[in-house]
Amino acid sequence: MNTYGFFLTNIWLILLIPLLSFIIVGLFIGPKNKKLAGIFATTSIFVCAALAYGATFEYLSLFPLGAEHPVIVPWSVQWMPYLENLTATLGIMVDPLSLLLMMIITTVSSMVHLYSIGYMHGDPGYSRFFTVLNLFTLSMLGLVVAPNILQMFVFWELVGASSFFLIGFYYTKASAVAASKKAFIVTRFADLGFLLGILILSYEAYHLFSLEAFAHLSSYNAFDFNFLNHPEVINALSTADGALLTFALVLLFIGAAGKSAMFPLHIWLPDAMEGPTPVSALIHAATMVVAGVYLVGRLFPLFGSSEVALNVVTYVGAFTCVFAAVIACTQNDIKRVLAFSTLSQLGYMMLSLGVASPLHKLGYLASNFHLMTHAFFKALLFLGAGSIIHAVHSNDIWQMGGLRKKLPVTHITFLMATIAIAGIPPFSGFYSKDEILAAALVNNPIVFIIGLFVAALTAFYMFRIYFLSFCGEAKSDGAKQAKESSISMLIPLIFLSVLSVVSGWFPFEKFFLSEALVHNTPSWLPIVASGSGLLGVLLAYLFYFKKTTYANSVKNGFGPLHTVIQNKFYIDAVYLFVVHKIIFRFIAAPIAWIDRHIVDATMDKTAYVTKESGLVLKKIQTGNIHTYTMMFLLGGLVLFLLLLGVGF
Amino acid sequence: MGILSILVFLPFVLAVIVLLTPNSKAHLYKWICAIGTGLHLVLTAVMTYMYYQSYAVDRLAAKTSLHTKLYLVEQWSWFKAYDIEYFIGVDGMSVAMMILTSIIIFTGVLASWNLEHRTKEFLAFLLVLVTGVFGVFVSFDLFLFFVFYEVAVLPMYLLIGVWGTGKKEYSAMKLTLMLMAGSALLLAGILAIYTEGGSFNLLELGHHKFPMEMQNWVYPFLFLGFGVLGALFPFHTWSPDGHASAPTAVSMLHAGVLMKLGGYGILRVAMYLFPEGAIQWGMTFLVLATINVVYGSFAAVKQKDLKYFTAYSSVSHCGFIIFGLATLNFVAIKGAVIQMFSHGIMTGLFFSLIGMVYGRTKTRDIPSMGGLMKVMPWLGVSFYIGGLASLGLPSLSGFVAESHIFVGGFMGNPWTSKLTMQALTALATMSIVVTAVYVLRGLAQVFQGEITNPKFELLTDATVTEKLVTGILIFTLFFVGIFPSLMIDLIEGSIWPFVNRF
Repeated sequence: MNTYGFFLTNIWLILLIPLLSFIIVGLFIGPKNKKLAGIFATTSIFVCAALAYGATFEYLSLFPLGAEHPVIVPWSVQWMPYLENLTATLGIMVDPLSLLLMMIITTVSSMVHLYSIGYMHGDPGYSRFFTVLNLFTLSMLGLVVAPNILQMFVFWELVGASSFFLIGFYYTKASAVAASKKAFIVTRFADLGFLLGILILSYEAYHLFSLEAFAHLSSYNAFDFNFLNHPEVINALSTADGALLTFALVLLFIGAAGKSAMFPLHIWLPDAMEGPTPVSALIHAATMVVAGVYLVGRLFPLFGSSEVALNVVTYVGAFTCVFAAVIACTQNDIKRVLAFSTLSQLGYMMLSLGVASPLHKLGYLASNFHLMTHAFFKALLFLGAGSIIHAVHSNDIWQMGGLRKKLPVTHITFLMATIAIAGIPPFSGFYSKDEILAAALVNNPIVFIIGLFVAALTAFYMFRIYFLSFCGEAKSDGAKQAKESSISMLIPLIFLSVLSVVSGWFPFEKFFLSEALVHNTPSWLPIVASGSGLLGVLLAYLFYFKKTTYANSVKNGFGPLHTVIQNKFYIDAVYLFVVHKIIFRFIAAPIAWIDRHIVDATMDKTAYVTKESGLVLKKIQTGNIHTYTMMFLLGGLVLFLLLLGVGF
Repeated sequence: MGILSILVFLPFVLAVIVLLTPNSKAHLYKWICAIGTGLHLVLTAVMTYMYYQSYAVDRLAAKTSLHTKLYLVEQWSWFKAYDIEYFIGVDGMSVAMMILTSIIIFTGVLASWNLEHRTKEFLAFLLVLVTGVFGVFVSFDLFLFFVFYEVAVLPMYLLIGVWGTGKKEYSAMKLTLMLMAGSALLLAGILAIYTEGGSFNLLELGHHKFPMEMQNWVYPFLFLGFGVLGALFPFHTWSPDGHASAPTAVSMLHAGVLMKLGGYGILRVAMYLFPEGAIQWGMTFLVLATINVVYGSFAAVKQKDLKYFTAYSSVSHCGFIIFGLATLNFVAIKGAVIQMFSHGIMTGLFFSLIGMVYGRTKTRDIPSMGGLMKVMPWLGVSFYIGGLASLGLPSLSGFVAESHIFVGGFMGNPWTSKLTMQALTALATMSIVVTAVYVLRGLAQVFQGEITNPKFELLTDATVTEKLVTGILIFTLFFVGIFPSLMIDLIEGSIWPFVNRF
């Protein structure tokens, strides 16, 4: 313990600072001084970023690159004791994976905070915005540092709640309110899977403690990742009931798919663009949506023990990847294109995890590599889009055009991010996508072909929006009068554009893995990969820059199919139908009716019968002595006759 | 006279003082009530401290104990001939329930600050009711228990019938009759216990081994008798009508505390004395509780009146209490007790907020409201926090309770097949999604969007008193949610004996 330096010993500050900042800004500064609220909130996240980088340097000085990178837990306290060995702790777990995520989150978050100072300027909810943004950063950090699955769930839910508040930030706008509800409920539905997965997994793991073979692990809790990922535990769980383990893992994956917006739980993400644009950059591009990928990555050894679970991850990822890319080609709202692009890139990360295995970790490595590069260039794309929207006052790419001259900084940075996502060397996206394709090629050629196809599509739809918004002539008054944004918005753009280029050169493998990987990637792969990207760029160039009629003829050629795609395959309509027409009308409404008209009516009728029979019976009690005598005599007679009858 | 007696009879004394205050001095008796209940809250804290002082030494022993150990005991003979005693004391579970009651009555009195119709009598009845509730939580003599139980239930009739709204006479009558039917079952059960066990003393009875066939028929009597008050399906229907008609403070107290007497009684009396009966009937009540949870939440989706909405949500959440108890699992029973506390605070918050909103808008009809967040941000945010607690968001108390119940439900018990237990628990977990649906739909309609009714533009946000009420309740929700181990430590020792007896 004492061997750690300042940053690792006091690593809990990384949670405490945003927590305090959230409380101070929310309760004390926010209502009084808006300007200070923004600066205070931003500063505290910058401090967090410093802590994250400091902790990484310290970790690397203890365990240098290339040496073994163990999992350490420098700080933890007991939080919720269910039983012995079944106690949820609150702690911080440090290993390359969590350090990576801490750095990404604090970097992007501090840039987004800085950007928002300019972007949200003059908004009536200015300090509320920074309060919730702080809360979100806290939740996200708590999620990635969690040493046990229950803490992860706790912060996972908090991430969902703060995302809910940010999407519905403009709470008087009906579409924003609807989008926030949708996002929360869809992810909540997925979280049900996560919760059940935790319950099954911890139940099975907890029972291992009663075995003698696990006596040496009795200091762990059944929720701990270190316990769940322990080779002996994995072995015991998969031999005891492999099918159950697979079932639990698939349930966990449902939770992951909800947060990471995998098909068919993706429907909330495009709508979530109703939130302010910095929110889209932070939450719906760089951080929250990668939580699902992180969950699978965190439990990777466990997932690796079940081939079925990995296949589910692969195919759901691959399908989302191509499905979302196809839709992205047809959307006209710049933020929606980016949203579908995010879905598609998340699909890449998932499929890459799916094609990896504990013995062949390239996919695992590539997935996290892409997570990092994507976080930077996608956050940049969103912030750039925000800058454009800020200037043009429209989201429609057909209303833009010619912005190259009017928004020079935005233009250059946006272009760099676009090249990065298109996978053209030497920009960062090329390296990570190349590794994903290499991993897919070895394990699953079909997935490889899908990946290659999507690489071309990605370049196509990204350059489509690039050409339409920055080149040609201004197509609206807004675009004609566009002005470059303020400096506090441009600094984050410039900083992130640098990262979008250089983050691919980072010695990721040495940092991330303890052991060296065997690379047997064919030499033609980088050429093919970047070639497919260039093909996409070329198509976009012909369609949207040269103003040929190809675009329209292709569109008309597809005809009805294009309409179906543009309407996102009508999946939202299917959901609406199921929820309103089936669940509300055929479950909730009948239950509410039955409760009033059958269950409650039975109670009322019981009371009614009691009362009525009382009314009838009370007539016997007339108080009239003649009637009573008469009754007495009649009764006596009947009794006498009966006795007589018995006697004979 | 020990601190417990003071705590039990302080509200009663306050009620008498309030009745003796002249009618014209409305402010005086309101202040007396507020200060008195505030003092009560402080005394409860002192009592908790005293309890911990003596409990600390027994912490380890509790884990293997078969019998409930009482602290701060007071015991006097009452009716010698029948061996009836004034026998009161507390264990961890009682302490938790008393803290809950203290908080709710204090905030309830503050929430009735603006009541104008016969305020004096209203407050007096409310305080008498609270004496009954406290009495139930400390009584360990079944006769005394029953007396207090009735004292807690009966004033409800007048409180709703006189101060209620809507079809109040109908609701009051329905509530009273259904609860009395439950009491009749209880009385029969208690008499049977006395006849067989020869005592009313719960701890002595705990040493008596009741024969199997008796356990089998008395247990359901007690369970159903208490279950009516705990809103057990299908005997929950008094609750939506009752809550809809009741005035704010009564709803708070009723949903917040009184409904908890049901779950408390089941655990304290029925499960303590009849562990084998509990095992025998476990499955039946587990299924009923599952229906409670799921059915209540679906019914809430379709409600248009804010109070019905909250009442059905209560049916669902109280279902979790019964569910937790019926699993016969240590973790889940612990969760059930935490849920009693958590749900008490949460519905207290809900009903007080509904009262505040209704006081302004003069309507409880959800579709006719909209956009209120703009004019009453404090109330809106408080409502959202309550809503998030109700859908089990971690960091609020609901998650602590529900996660215990889920984990415990999954662990199950040795007498039920693992698959059945886990399937039923999985079914119950479904409600967390349905709850999210109705909470967010309802709240979005009321608070978000543009203001629908121009009259609403002029409404004001919470007053200082109202901020105090909601502030206390919200603080409690977060406190339990963020530091769950304090609550767990408080009650854990008292739960073990129940489980060890199975």
